[in-house]
Amino acid sequence: MAAGPMRMRATLAAGYTDVRVLMTHPMETGQRKDSDGKLVPLHFIQNLTVRVNGRTVVEGQISQAISRNPVFSFRLRGGAKGDRIEVSWLDNNGETNQTEAAVA
Amino acid sequence: MPAMNSLRRSLLGALLAALCKPLAALAAAWNKEAFGAKSAAEALKGIGAAGAVPSAELLIDAPQIAENGAVVPVEITSNIAGTTSIAVVIEKNPFPLAGVFEFKDGALPFVRLNLKIGESSDVRVIAEAGGRRYSASQEIKVTIGGCGG
Repeated sequence: MAAGPMRMRATLAAGYTDVRVLMTHPMETGQRKDSDGKLVPLHFIQNLTVRVNGRTVVEGQISQAISRNPVFSFRLRGGAKGDRIEVSWLDNNGETNQTEAAVA
Repeated sequence: MPAMNSLRRSLLGALLAALCKPLAALAAAWNKEAFGAKSAAEALKGIGAAGAVPSAELLIDAPQIAENGAVVPVEITSNIAGTTSIAVVIEKNPFPLAGVFEFKDGALPFVRLNLKIGESSDVRVIAEAGGRRYSASQEIKVTIGGCGG
């Protein structure tokens, strides 16, 4: 399964901005066997970055122990409606994807 | 016109450098040593957290029993002032280190994520603040493991 679309929602809460992002990715552990009994190669997101109006606020390094189709929530200090939130990821095969949304 | 050619070459060079820069930025660091560690002790050493001290200000919100180890929701909040990073180590997983999150100015030291947990295990969380490491852990019992199938 190839990497697919991302979905993100950023909403103002009490004193912070709640960012919830879904990444479509198989997050293969390298230990799972396919229907032919062959090991499915390791394939997982390694890096993710959250930016607000172009400025990096969260940098994550992750392993294959993150569930398939990863969902993350982050909280950003303060924030205002219309702030541009951008999330990107990079996997161990060099594939990358990104999405952006305005704070609602 | 040699001058023109060299000007064109240098412009081309500058353009290529500019184009390649975002690609280099994307190839972010990934702590191969720590993520490749096969024991919790090695993983903790790999992220410089071998001497972490327990803290009640580091909160883990996770189920005590997870029916499905493939998707275990875990929420981590650090109330330690000046927290700059949070790491998650699933002690009994084949590769215990699950993630390291760095929080820059503008982000709260909080993360919610879904973990794969192979068998019942302590989940240890490490926070870094002011150059010191703090830890907290919670046992999560797993009915069906999350690494095979």
